[in-house]
Amino acid sequence: MTKVTLTVNGRSLSGEAEGRTLLSSFLREELGLTGTHVGCDTSQCGACVVHVDGLAVKSCTVLAQDVDGASVTTIEGMANADGSLATIQQAFQDHHGLQCGFCTPGMVMSAAALLKDNPKPTEAEVRHHLEGNICRCTGYHNIVKAVMAASGQDVSGVGIAAE
Amino acid sequence: MPKDGGIGASTKRREDLRFLTGNGRYTDDLNLRGQLHAYFLRSQVAHGRIDKIDTADAAAMPGVVRIFTAKDFEAVGGIPCGWQVTDKHGQPMQEPKHPVLAEGKVRHVGDPIAVVVAESAEQARDASEAIVVDITELPAAVDMKAALAADAPKVHDDLTSNLCYDWGFVEENKAAVDEAFANAAHVTTLELVNQRLVANPMEPRVAVGDYDPWNDQSTLYTTSQNPHVIRLLMGAFVLGIPEHKLRVVAPDVGGGFGSKIFHYAEEAFCTFAARQLKKPVKWTSSRSEAFLSDAQGRDHVTKMQLALDADNNFTAIRTETYANMGAYLSTFAPSVPTWLHGTLMAGNYKTPLIYVNVKAVFTNTVPVDAYRGAGRPEATYQLERIVDKAARELGVDPIALRRQNFIQPDQFPYATPVAVEYDTGNYDATMDKMLEVADYAGFAARAEESKKRGKLRGFGIAHYIEACGIAPSNLVGQLGARAGLYESATVRVNATGSISVFTGSHSHGQGHETTFAQVVADMIGIDAGQVEINHGDTSNTPMGMGTYGSRSLAVGGSALVKATNKIINKAKKIAAHLLEAAEADIELKDGKFSVAGTDKAVDWAGVTLAAYVPHNYPLESMEPGLEETAFYDPSNFTYPAGAYGCELEVDPETGKVEILAFTAADDFGNVVNPMIVEGQVHGGLAQGIGQALMENCVYDADGQLVSGSFMDYAMPRADDVPNYKVDHSCNTPCTHNPLGVKGCGEAGAIGSPPAVINGVIDALQRGGYSHVTHIDMPASPSRVWAAMNGK
Amino acid sequence: MYNFDFVKPASVADAVAALAGEEAQPLSGGMTLLPSMKQRLNAPATLVSLTGIDALKGVCREGNMLVIGAATPHAVVAKEAAADYPALAALAGQIGDPMVRNRGTIGGSLANNDPSACYPSATLASGATIVTNTREIAADDFFQGMFSTALHEGEIITAVKFPIPEKAAYAKFMQPASRFALTGAFVAKYADGVRVAITGASEGGVFRWSEGEAALSSNFSAEALNGLSASADGMIGDLHGTPDYRAHLVGVMTRRAVAAAH
Repeated sequence: MTKVTLTVNGRSLSGEAEGRTLLSSFLREELGLTGTHVGCDTSQCGACVVHVDGLAVKSCTVLAQDVDGASVTTIEGMANADGSLATIQQAFQDHHGLQCGFCTPGMVMSAAALLKDNPKPTEAEVRHHLEGNICRCTGYHNIVKAVMAASGQDVSGVGIAAE
Repeated sequence: MPKDGGIGASTKRREDLRFLTGNGRYTDDLNLRGQLHAYFLRSQVAHGRIDKIDTADAAAMPGVVRIFTAKDFEAVGGIPCGWQVTDKHGQPMQEPKHPVLAEGKVRHVGDPIAVVVAESAEQARDASEAIVVDITELPAAVDMKAALAADAPKVHDDLTSNLCYDWGFVEENKAAVDEAFANAAHVTTLELVNQRLVANPMEPRVAVGDYDPWNDQSTLYTTSQNPHVIRLLMGAFVLGIPEHKLRVVAPDVGGGFGSKIFHYAEEAFCTFAARQLKKPVKWTSSRSEAFLSDAQGRDHVTKMQLALDADNNFTAIRTETYANMGAYLSTFAPSVPTWLHGTLMAGNYKTPLIYVNVKAVFTNTVPVDAYRGAGRPEATYQLERIVDKAARELGVDPIALRRQNFIQPDQFPYATPVAVEYDTGNYDATMDKMLEVADYAGFAARAEESKKRGKLRGFGIAHYIEACGIAPSNLVGQLGARAGLYESATVRVNATGSISVFTGSHSHGQGHETTFAQVVADMIGIDAGQVEINHGDTSNTPMGMGTYGSRSLAVGGSALVKATNKIINKAKKIAAHLLEAAEADIELKDGKFSVAGTDKAVDWAGVTLAAYVPHNYPLESMEPGLEETAFYDPSNFTYPAGAYGCELEVDPETGKVEILAFTAADDFGNVVNPMIVEGQVHGGLAQGIGQALMENCVYDADGQLVSGSFMDYAMPRADDVPNYKVDHSCNTPCTHNPLGVKGCGEAGAIGSPPAVINGVIDALQRGGYSHVTHIDMPASPSRVWAAMNGK
Repeated sequence: MYNFDFVKPASVADAVAALAGEEAQPLSGGMTLLPSMKQRLNAPATLVSLTGIDALKGVCREGNMLVIGAATPHAVVAKEAAADYPALAALAGQIGDPMVRNRGTIGGSLANNDPSACYPSATLASGATIVTNTREIAADDFFQGMFSTALHEGEIITAVKFPIPEKAAYAKFMQPASRFALTGAFVAKYADGVRVAITGASEGGVFRWSEGEAALSSNFSAEALNGLSASADGMIGDLHGTPDYRAHLVGVMTRRAVAAAH
């Protein structure tokens, strides 16, 4: 066991990790931050996405010891300081961009990374960017809508025939 | 306009707050004090005789607490099957034992042989590699038709063959159907495969068993769609634990799509091991393990025929289907290809004679059971494909052929020849709406534009019906169900007027915490924020059958309405007492009880307080308190229906299909929360499109799973699917449940696969590839290219 | 995963020393190695992380060469190679997904030589040079069949030198589940001829399509490939495509790459 120290959501936290301890396991089991989920073991699904030193990564495919000393942002660190939802989180609720909620933390973290690099993405860019995040519930329509809305674009009427 | 938070409003989901901030509580988030971890050592061969299991070395490995094998389960029952199908000769199906851990033989890759319980999950897995298992590999039965040959390897040695049942429906109609075919002006024949799929909810399954020896109380936390069903099956049939000593909790569950209905060996194991070891025992599936241990879906091979008269009226349908059961009978497996499939073979059409034959087959593969739609997508796919094929053969418009044969609005209630009675519907209306929203009129011009870019554009149509809101208990009992299919609700009004609802339905993405509150709040006229929905814990909810078959609102919601009506009736009596008026004169509006024609009134909280502080209360005639429970057993299925249109392009160089637009016009009856309904349709469409173009669960000839991870099992991603145009404005409310709702959870997955494949065939036919009349799903680029080029 | 010791040296020399240990293996972005270790297909005693070595990172132009440090993530290549070698940058931007591109590295991809990986095609089509801690290896000598390379035990890639072509493009037909190449064609036109490398198609891993090269060297246009197709012999046949289909895609993707080349 080796001591690993991370700055997680602005707080310095330490724990013990084996060589094989993944960042996702370290966050969930050692630090008790269970918002980061694990949905596959082949680095496909993206439920485990967190930001390490500002970059979105799949925490199930990063060794905890390999990022010792890094700054990590997880879904638990996304809300505003007063506890209210951040713009991207609020957009997911407003546009029903989640159902079972399991892929949601990774989706939100991945979408947040996109908007940082590309503040006004097109629909095609959003869809392409989310290729590393699998959702089985929503059919993606409302996720894409939420990300577009969070970027300040008008999404009224998208795909709703009755309106 | 609906009231905000009431029935018909797109109320935002309250559950989202915890999910969006990482504060959901999924089963794997739960870690109990002193918890041990289980690792299942699974068979790597599809079929084999277990000659020896030696656990001595493994038992000495670091952290190992105990290793379990089938020997430990000798006194324990097998995993039960919840539905017994009777074959065409009136005989019960062949029903093999499904042991918790493999006994004597392994029957599919992934069949559990032994379980290591250790202090950490990695230690358990490390030790599992030191278990010595000698297996004599046997030839595997993989292909269904081959498995029925006389000399085929037998999956279960104690059965007479690999045939589970040979079912004929309606057997009495068979001769008349054959005669109709003999007299037909035209017969269309189609052979097709409805491929095996993996449900793949994003949350893999998890089970945590706990035991309190001082109270002899077992608790199972599990990723289930129906905790009461698990308690009943596991408690009564496997472990022999009476209900009052067994609590099953399904906390936040990350999707199910059917695969979390069933009772699994891992649940029984963790509960059993926790009792043995007097410590909590946790098992968390990896995705790779899920591919080998979650029940899979579909897997039908069908030959279908449609008979038409000289005026193109459908006169008869005849089908022969081979349905894969896998190695064991999963909980509801036998019902899927029979009662959930054969009964839907009339579709939206007036076809007078139908005969459905289904041969269910055991193979050395993972068990197959319900997956979103369960039987109904298989029926719809056959029917909507063959109608399209018939139209092409006859040179008529596939829309016109459908319309000509639609059951008409004035024919409802309509009894089909396959034993169900549709209550309402208007299929021309949904067809019209779909064509309008999809701008079908502009399709020809768009196709021309595609041609200029070297692409082949097609438009595929499907019209589906499904029977959901399952199901009348007395009926399903006659059909072989070993359970009732009612639903329950307890409405507990608290002293200050807030309400705690306890429902037997379970929410794992459907948003019940929001919609069920809308129903109660609307009926009473209070703010939805006053109503809390509790579900998923057998210790505080009434016996309920859970969430599947698009039944939560139609059945669970109806129980909720019944219970809330009981509350309102009692509250009116209390109000009458407080207002010194006759009960018949009390009116409830916007949360206020008033005496008709007067200004005398008492508000909701005044009544609820009186119920719990009964100082001024008719104690001699009425109990204090305000809490009611209701059970609702539906009198019929509900019948959502709809028209789907898929506009797509085929790249003739690569065979790749790109969906450009998808339109769904559904009749769901009344709608409680349109936002959530649309979301359900979106998700179903993505799964249906995934089946049509991408997903394929494949075993090789030895029974090895070829598509055993997301590296090979193609899950639809955001850039594989289009925006959807979803309409639910054409509605004919259900006539037999109090909300007039029909259910929307499965529709998208039922109606979309034939729309997509019809679109692919349409594109190829228009593009001059007239020899391509069918392509099996998934219509992958390789398959489409091969079909175009006659490879 | 089996457990292992983890070390993260700061220099190539320290990494080479650590790799001399018993059952030691290098770890770069880990995008392929870690998933295979989760399946317990790989059991190193020590993993030597290369991502802490600054000397292995970066994209720089040296004359008519673009030199990419072995531990440079795909996302960085996608951005920083865009001006000098846009086709290579575009290829890097199509690998995996954004999260994979933030971790996965060119050195890791080449050392693994997955038959469906993207980078080997650009490397081979560019006639690039693979620089290791001990020598330089020409791309034509480096790739030695599926998951096999000219690297010795303990030898690590430090950089890859790409001669910048006049024109180039990569056309990838994606395997829908893994998002690797079902078949990908990288075409690069140099003053002395055209090189075409195909990934995803052959059981032998990445290869140069010589018939395509010959046709394009005399006439660099998509039409020059009309009627030309690769042989299905030795092509991969799996769930996602038959050998015939892959052979057909070799022609289609090469034509598309030529049409897109700039």
